[in-house]
Amino acid sequence: MQPMPIKHPFLTRRDIVGYAILAAVIFVAFPLLLEPFRLNLFGKYLTYAFVAVGLVLCWGVGGILSLGQGIFFGLGGYCMAMFLKLEASTPENTSIQSTPGIPDFMDWNQLTALPWWWEPFNSLFFTLIAVVIVPVAFAFIIGVAMFRRRVGGVYFAIITQAIAAILTILIIGQQGFTGGVNGITDLRTFNGWDIRTNDAKTLLYFVNGALLFAVLLIAQFVRKSKLGRLLIAMRDQEDRVRFSGYDVANFKIFVFCLGAGFAAIGGAMFTLQVGFMSPTFVGIVPSIEMVIYAAVGGRLSIIGAVYGTLLVNYAKTTFSESFPELWLFGLGALFIAVVMAFPNGLAGLWADHVEPRLKSLWPRGDAKHPASTSPATTEETPAE
Amino acid sequence: MSDSKKSTGINNLSRRAVLAGGAALSASLFAPKMLRAQDYPTAEINTTGLAVTDDTVTCGILHSVTGTMAISETGSVQAEKLAIEQINAQGGILGRKIEYIQEDGASDWPTFAEKARKLLVQDKVASVMGCWTSASRKAVLPVFEQNNGFLYYPTFYEGLEESPNVIYTGQEATQQIIAGLNWVNQTKGAKSFYLLGSDYIWPRTSNKIARKHIENFMEGCEVVGEEYYPLGHTQFNSVINKIRLRKPDVIYAIVVGGSNVAFYKQLKAAGIDPAEESPIVLTISVTEDEIRGIGGENIDGAYACMKYFQSLENENNQEFVSAFKEMWGEDIVIGDVTQAAYLGPWLWKAAVEKAGSFDVDKVREASPGIELQTAPEGYVKVHENHHLWSKTRVGRAKTDGQYDVVYETADLVEPDPFPEGYQ
Repeated sequence: MQPMPIKHPFLTRRDIVGYAILAAVIFVAFPLLLEPFRLNLFGKYLTYAFVAVGLVLCWGVGGILSLGQGIFFGLGGYCMAMFLKLEASTPENTSIQSTPGIPDFMDWNQLTALPWWWEPFNSLFFTLIAVVIVPVAFAFIIGVAMFRRRVGGVYFAIITQAIAAILTILIIGQQGFTGGVNGITDLRTFNGWDIRTNDAKTLLYFVNGALLFAVLLIAQFVRKSKLGRLLIAMRDQEDRVRFSGYDVANFKIFVFCLGAGFAAIGGAMFTLQVGFMSPTFVGIVPSIEMVIYAAVGGRLSIIGAVYGTLLVNYAKTTFSESFPELWLFGLGALFIAVVMAFPNGLAGLWADHVEPRLKSLWPRGDAKHPASTSPATTEETPAE
Repeated sequence: MSDSKKSTGINNLSRRAVLAGGAALSASLFAPKMLRAQDYPTAEINTTGLAVTDDTVTCGILHSVTGTMAISETGSVQAEKLAIEQINAQGGILGRKIEYIQEDGASDWPTFAEKARKLLVQDKVASVMGCWTSASRKAVLPVFEQNNGFLYYPTFYEGLEESPNVIYTGQEATQQIIAGLNWVNQTKGAKSFYLLGSDYIWPRTSNKIARKHIENFMEGCEVVGEEYYPLGHTQFNSVINKIRLRKPDVIYAIVVGGSNVAFYKQLKAAGIDPAEESPIVLTISVTEDEIRGIGGENIDGAYACMKYFQSLENENNQEFVSAFKEMWGEDIVIGDVTQAAYLGPWLWKAAVEKAGSFDVDKVREASPGIELQTAPEGYVKVHENHHLWSKTRVGRAKTDGQYDVVYETADLVEPDPFPEGYQ
């Protein structure tokens, strides 16, 4: 790829400020302000942000709307859960079973030996690779099958949704191998380290935050690279890009796989922090919810996706704690309000309403922004 | 909270000195209907920092009130609230009124885990009444064990579990299955069985126990078919054809949720009328709640094996049913699980008062052997393994959505979550 033109630096000053604020929020504000229980909850929310960031690239930038990101989140999570489950199923812990040493749900389903494809998950090294490779390979197969045939738009969205439904049914149906509806529960240690203690949860939160930043920077790099500009071009005028001699399908496959990889890392971190994995994350509903996170954050903004995820999940938790019987209506109202009033999400809100005012206060714009926890920067809109 | 605790200590010490003699005497002589809070200083009955004050104790209610399970779990929420209200009217537990924090599990297992953690870690509730599906219980179990919470779980379930942090107020599988199979064999002469169910752990484990019992413990009986359908499945015509072909004496159905409606309607439409008893339809998954969805006319004549039916004729139950209707409306129906949920707060009260403490470790220690004379289902007792001794009953569905109780075991059936010879 060509060296970056000076006009498109990797990080503008505006981006740097945005990332700095986000880092301050995630690494300083939350840990200081939240008790361990809430911090763990926010850690869980942030695992969805991995998916939302992937969606910004696929959907916001690339125009590929995937309604099946739960597939990759779930696959990543399941790979991690299999490793943790095997570690928790020592013969001593499972001595009450008819076949000690295999996961409890296998025993309930009359399996007497570990299936061969579970065996490799005894290895941490294999698991860490599988967490990313399995979902990415799956995304690659879907991508090749779809994009090479120029399936796109609504059709692609529907197909991803169907795959999510199929995978859920498969996992539920094969409960002897997957834990079925219950999922894989009662996970205890990660390579001998107890993940259930508060200390472990706090540490996992920071690891999660660091990984998220790594993902954000990769996304930022892709976004600002020539590839990112090509994606935007494809989204707006796919045929022109094709006629210019680019192989559109390859770019789409790449960005789709990238999004899947992000989602998978999120899924694995989810399993570690929450302590179990179940098919409820693979299906259609969670996949659509994940699109909503990106939409609320502003589907063009990488940082906005993180804030969108946090806002929606925090609202979900708060509404449901305060109004156990009515909270879904509150959440619905929030979505409608965002879509009606701020089609570009939180990021659009910031760019259109907050930033101009800040600029009028600090005309040069190089003074530090006030310590605000509200959403930060947005990316240029496609019209530019 | 810490403030109130400090002041309690001082207050109660002086009061205690004065009251000590008289209170102890009256408490031991008369069955204490009203325990007074001042006899139990908060500092002594709550050494682990639970949400207990001088005049209140907080418990959690954790069920789905939204999502697909809401229709089933609402009855449990109502029963638990009724029990709490009645206990409070009698003076509460150790003189403390029960307050509850209700959380919505939203029919979503991870949400259950999140809310359970919130109730235990943040709200410090002294116990939780909650969960319904096995999946939700499995999701919260590690949370309860890790944070040493105490859960009262109301649903009949598959067994294979015995957590120190759970009291199972519903039946484990053998309590629900074995007596019913024996009954249908002995009184109806049934020899061949067709097992079918929804595809998840409870129906599968239950049918496994049923199959082992039929094949190993029932002379000359056999299983002629066994099938599972995904949750929410609505096309049962193929299995109905197979049933016609194999001509079993009994269709043993463990279909749950919305699938029930389709299953019984299609069964009837295909000419298999449960009322004609050829074959007999025996289920362990249809309570009065489900019949409301299925329609009494579609299931009239089918048999269900439960421990409780709304139509049970005993004084406890009559009082319970009228109190329930007074609180929640005349039209309400009460199923097996609703009654089991009602037992939760009462068992907790009994255990706390026996232990003289809200500490989970002490409540756990006090729980085995707790008896309830006032249970709507009749006398129940907590077993060492945290399940209840209960009777098994068979009811026959009527068009009005109620059951006629046609059989009950003479004695309480011992709970056996890890049945030998059935695994």
